[in-house]
Amino acid sequence: MRKRKIKNYIGLSISTISAFIGLFFLFWIIVSLIEKGFHYINWSVFTQNAVSPGDEGGGLKFAIFGQLEVVGLASLLGIPTGILGGIYLSEYGKDSFLSNIIRNVSDAMTSIPSIIIGIFVYALVVVPMGGFSVIAGSIALALLMIPIVISSIDNILKLVPNELREAAYALGAPKYIVIFKVVAKEAIVGIVSVILLAISRILGETAPLLFTSFNSNFESYKLNKPIATLTVTMYDYAMGPYDSWHHLAWAAAIILTFSVLLFNIASRLFSYWRFSR
Amino acid sequence: MKKKFIIIDFFLKHISMFFAYFTLLVIAGLFLVLYINSKDAISHFGFFSFITSNVWSPAFDKFGGLIALVGTFLTTVISAIIAIPIALGIAIFLVEICPNFLKTPIGIAIELLAAIPSVIYGFWGLFYLGPLIEKYVQPLFNSTLAKLPVIGQYFYGYSSSVSLFTASVVLAIMIIPFTAALARDALKITPDLLKESAYALGATKWETISKVMFRYSKSAIIGAVLISLGRAIGETMAVTFVIGNQDSLPTSLMSATTTVTATIANEFTEASSHLYLSSMYLLALILFLLSFLLIIGSKMFFLRKTGN
Amino acid sequence: MKYICKIDGKQKIDVRNFNFYYGNKIALKDLNFCVKENTILALIGPSGSGKTTLARCFNRMHDLYANNRYEGEIFIDDTNILDPKIDLIELRDRVGMVFQKPTAFPMSIFENIAFGLKLKGIKNKTELKDRVEKALKDAALWDEVKDRLDKLATNLSGGQQQRLCIARAIAVDPEVLVFDESTASLDPISTSKIEDLMVELSKKLTIIAVTHNLQQAARVSEYTLFLMDGEVIEYDKTNIMFTNPKDKKTQDYIMGRFG
Repeated sequence: MRKRKIKNYIGLSISTISAFIGLFFLFWIIVSLIEKGFHYINWSVFTQNAVSPGDEGGGLKFAIFGQLEVVGLASLLGIPTGILGGIYLSEYGKDSFLSNIIRNVSDAMTSIPSIIIGIFVYALVVVPMGGFSVIAGSIALALLMIPIVISSIDNILKLVPNELREAAYALGAPKYIVIFKVVAKEAIVGIVSVILLAISRILGETAPLLFTSFNSNFESYKLNKPIATLTVTMYDYAMGPYDSWHHLAWAAAIILTFSVLLFNIASRLFSYWRFSR
Repeated sequence: MKKKFIIIDFFLKHISMFFAYFTLLVIAGLFLVLYINSKDAISHFGFFSFITSNVWSPAFDKFGGLIALVGTFLTTVISAIIAIPIALGIAIFLVEICPNFLKTPIGIAIELLAAIPSVIYGFWGLFYLGPLIEKYVQPLFNSTLAKLPVIGQYFYGYSSSVSLFTASVVLAIMIIPFTAALARDALKITPDLLKESAYALGATKWETISKVMFRYSKSAIIGAVLISLGRAIGETMAVTFVIGNQDSLPTSLMSATTTVTATIANEFTEASSHLYLSSMYLLALILFLLSFLLIIGSKMFFLRKTGN
Repeated sequence: MKYICKIDGKQKIDVRNFNFYYGNKIALKDLNFCVKENTILALIGPSGSGKTTLARCFNRMHDLYANNRYEGEIFIDDTNILDPKIDLIELRDRVGMVFQKPTAFPMSIFENIAFGLKLKGIKNKTELKDRVEKALKDAALWDEVKDRLDKLATNLSGGQQQRLCIARAIAVDPEVLVFDESTASLDPISTSKIEDLMVELSKKLTIIAVTHNLQQAARVSEYTLFLMDGEVIEYDKTNIMFTNPKDKKTQDYIMGRFG
């Protein structure tokens, strides 16, 4: 009996200690990010562009707006596509054999290395177009978004009680009215939370942009030209030799982390609201 | 009026069907594009000589994937050795030990940390953790583990802020929250009744956890671990910053080396020859197949019952 | 099974040689009966007897799911509603349904009632308003909600939501209204309100009410059909069946010997 008690004590202690080691590491990242990077955030980071290499100052204006453009366009491409795909699985395909295959594949796609998507889009878009471009970067991010949105929308629409659909059909509603006026309306909070979550997932993606939207020093927001993004700029600056670049990279890291967390928390608040209503 | 219903219904059904099937198209397209583009490397070097050759020389237009594959294998395995016990500890803590009022906040904190982009982890590793490892861990290793006979050499190193070790630690920190969240969900599926029966039989808490809960959710936990491995294998940014990007096999934990993803991230846009590019497509194809099989395998064999 | 049609009045629905299958499993066997116009027919029977399955045939709800199959004929007036060429949207305009649980849509009270009307193509605001008001009055809900028509319907109480669903169903002027155990989830007071409503409505339309509450069947219905294992065991005037059942099984069921 005593031996069992000791074993119990040891097991529980080891779990608790490893939990605290893990938590410690994780909070350490956030704290050190804020501690080392926060004082590089200032107004000019948002309003100025890079100065010549090695000089202090400058900012990330192009990278920030470039990021917004690429992510915005990716959302325009990826979210409606993913929502419609999810609607198909939940409302049309249901439990058919092929739908279940699509479910598994799109679920698996959410875990495919994102750099592979970058290469795929490079071969399919960048090479034929003859150069890196905003559109290529957006397509890459959209491809990352679509399976996430499909799976989550499928799951969320499935939570809508079937009686509600039947009641609408019983009133003589055609399927599209049932889907958009009743099912989607019932699930709207969940849908918004999925959208926010999907944006938060692609907001910090770097690898798929390396060979698609690439990077650029010339402020241009044309769809067929390469563009600077916060993530790629951060990578290039961090790997570069100048302290001033490193400072901007710290600023970029802070902006990125907090915007991702913001979207993620907003998504959580929405789904929390859904369940507490 | 009715005609309008029929037309819209028809379009909605077929457009949404197209987008659902689109995912299958993308997967098939991915495989085809990678295969077609890597064909030249396969026919020129041969698949097996490619994966067993440690020559990666753009100057001589000769390429083998061994270094990158070994790097990927080692970073994945070492990070898993570090991360999985800690992640399981967190999961056990969250499900069974943690007082109730802390469960939600700690759970949410873990999930938020899993949401932080990997580029941030890599960046933090380069500027924060790497220098600390060089300053404290490496001298510690040199004066202790490196003095051991035979295996000592694998711990020796100098001025190594970026290395296999740093990359594995950063990768481990990155997958901890992700794995912990999955493992927690896996442990949570144990019905309360089962736990209560174990306690009623006089089992201690630890016995209930290790003998009842772990056995009950064994397959879900294995599935969670495999998915985390898939994450680690394909991770690019957390590794590229801190692996050192050196095209040579590591001689110790403290050596700089490279991985499949780091090689592609660094060299893809600079490839000067067709064969060079094709070799990188081949690396990408191998990575794609490995991670895809890992995920599909874990879903088919381990995660089916829980419905995740 | 022989054809049973001993109604005293005009016939609204006629069921002939009717079978229903879930996949290969037969759920309703050789049904032959008719339903009188503007009255309440109660469908009773133990659980699994097929009463809900039968109710859902009248608006072809089963068409929503694959592998369901009808055989035979169901006439409403002169139309065979099982005809593959029939327009389901039109059929469901004629045959309304109220479900077991309240199914208020996630929109305002007004929009809930106007839902079916708008589908019918009614766009005129005053007409919509008048018909919503009339439906709510007919469903005895108007006085409770007239000041908050623009509020979310899902915030109403269960009984109010069920009356809202009835209002929504009668707003489009159906000829037949199917109640599928519509009071099963309600408290006794709400239940009695809905029963009163059913009796009132049956003056103008034909009601088919599935219920496992025998007292309810006795209270509201003029005719009762007793189903067991997908077959009609007995069909008669309610007061006759409940006082003098002919079949042993009916007797046992009404006496509460199985349930």
